[in-house]
Amino acid sequence: MKTGTIKVDYLARVEGEGALYIKVKGGKVDDVRLRIFEPPRFFEAFLRGRHYSEAPDITSRICGICPVAYQMSAVHAMEDAFGVEVDGQLRALRRLVYCGEWIESHSLHIFMLHAPDFLGYEDAFEMAKDHRAVVERGLRLKKAGNEIMALLGGREIHPINVRVGGFYKLPASRELLGLAEALKRARDEALETVRWTATLDFPDFEQDYEFVALSHPDEYPFNEGRITSNKGLDIAPSEFDEHVIEEQAPYSNALHAMLKGRGAYLAGPMARYSLNFDKLSALAQQAAREAGLSSECRNPFRSVIVRSVEVLYACDEALRIIDEYEAPDRAAVEIVPRAGVGYGCTEAPRGLLYHRYRIDEQGLITDAKIVPPTSQNQKRIEADLRQFVPHYLDLPKEQLTRRCEQAVRNYDPCISCATHFLRLEIERE
Amino acid sequence: MSQPHSFPLIIGIGNEYRGDDAAGLIVARRLKELLADSAIVIEHNGDGAALMEAWRGAETVIIIDAMMSGVAPGTIHRFDASAQPLPKSSFRCSTHAFSVAGAIELARALCELPRSLIVYGIEGKNFAAGIGLSSDVERAVGEAVRLALKEA
Repeated sequence: MKTGTIKVDYLARVEGEGALYIKVKGGKVDDVRLRIFEPPRFFEAFLRGRHYSEAPDITSRICGICPVAYQMSAVHAMEDAFGVEVDGQLRALRRLVYCGEWIESHSLHIFMLHAPDFLGYEDAFEMAKDHRAVVERGLRLKKAGNEIMALLGGREIHPINVRVGGFYKLPASRELLGLAEALKRARDEALETVRWTATLDFPDFEQDYEFVALSHPDEYPFNEGRITSNKGLDIAPSEFDEHVIEEQAPYSNALHAMLKGRGAYLAGPMARYSLNFDKLSALAQQAAREAGLSSECRNPFRSVIVRSVEVLYACDEALRIIDEYEAPDRAAVEIVPRAGVGYGCTEAPRGLLYHRYRIDEQGLITDAKIVPPTSQNQKRIEADLRQFVPHYLDLPKEQLTRRCEQAVRNYDPCISCATHFLRLEIERE
Repeated sequence: MSQPHSFPLIIGIGNEYRGDDAAGLIVARRLKELLADSAIVIEHNGDGAALMEAWRGAETVIIIDAMMSGVAPGTIHRFDASAQPLPKSSFRCSTHAFSVAGAIELARALCELPRSLIVYGIEGKNFAAGIGLSSDVERAVGEAVRLALKEA
């Protein structure tokens, strides 16, 4: 296809409603637009005037797939505003519930959303007819993640047990031990999954990304760390607004984020992995190496392997946390609200999730800002498509369109989260 | 969830906070009162994977969900999902990437479909954020309860 448009009116196998439009003119890509038409969500406005303690539960409603991420960024921002530190076993339990969300979200994407692209099926339901064992493994892994969320969060979707300062109710040790048995089986299946994803076919497509993710001196990042990049960025979460600008694209309901003076960047599993490989558990590092990954991954199609390595890590880390668990003497530390501004940055399954709140003396929210990972990646997804499409212009339109959709799904975009945000259109002139 | 097969499992699906989408939940609540001793009735958010877990081991399952096919609001459709796929486009897309129709097809491919799976779809009108059914759907809820009672 030398001239024309590729249009996908409703992108399938992504979270939320979006479209892709690509215009090809004289054998060159003229325009790429990832259009997010899901209606704006207005959460930042809902939060004004609400009590600080409501932010974790209100923001968790932004996403059915990554509610824990919203709760975590919210509680950390509030604790930052009030000068409170949550450490020890309560901090460990926060990592544990985050492990559950990564396992659940990544397993859904690997098996149900992304795998059909690699194996040539319309959807996971068609794929299941020929690859029953693979799909069953995916569902079992997802369930293992759900079980962590249900135990720590009180229920699987939109958990209700997370609060500023800690939790409402602590899990019983015997409940955690029960979870450990399921997680040991899940870890074995996660290892099989890494090996299986390594057998998929990947186009040769490496890009020079600026990876942005949290980095922490002692651990693979979930809740805490500095915001770093492979190109010299190294800032505290409180400096996010000074370095990241958001701009509106007229065709999209999601804001496009970029680094001031540097442009598009990539958040998410590939960034986390490439910036923090040495912090993965020995088992996850070894599995990644055996799957053919180096300590950095710059081919977005291989992100499916990276996600499976993160699932393996999350199972391993969850088991470590449970093994070292000793019940703390209280479920939450005491919070005394004070006026101020708090910043929270945590690693959602899809990447960096930034929250900022201004709180008054009564503990009420006067201003809120939320920047989800898909907003941050939108510009980079478009940039990748500009590079990717020219290599495949000889393909018939239908095949080219499928390739483009697969390329978008490399980033596991969560459109529901990003709106303030997918359909594919490729136009040729 | 396992239960003796003499007890049918009734699953009301929906989102309480999206207008007519709550119809399945409200039908389930009424059935729960009426069938306390003769059926297991649960409310569900419609997440496909969790739904497959919910009906695991059950032989007879009745699902009630809101749908949107373009016919008059309040119209009740009956589908024998054990015999054929649901019309995918009519059941609300799930934000969890796979929905009721998806769960049924995945279960069929994995040979995990209950022996009998009947789906009642209540045609909705308003799926915007907010609580409360539109009047046509409110009326249909009573009829859906009556139909499900006959089925159970």
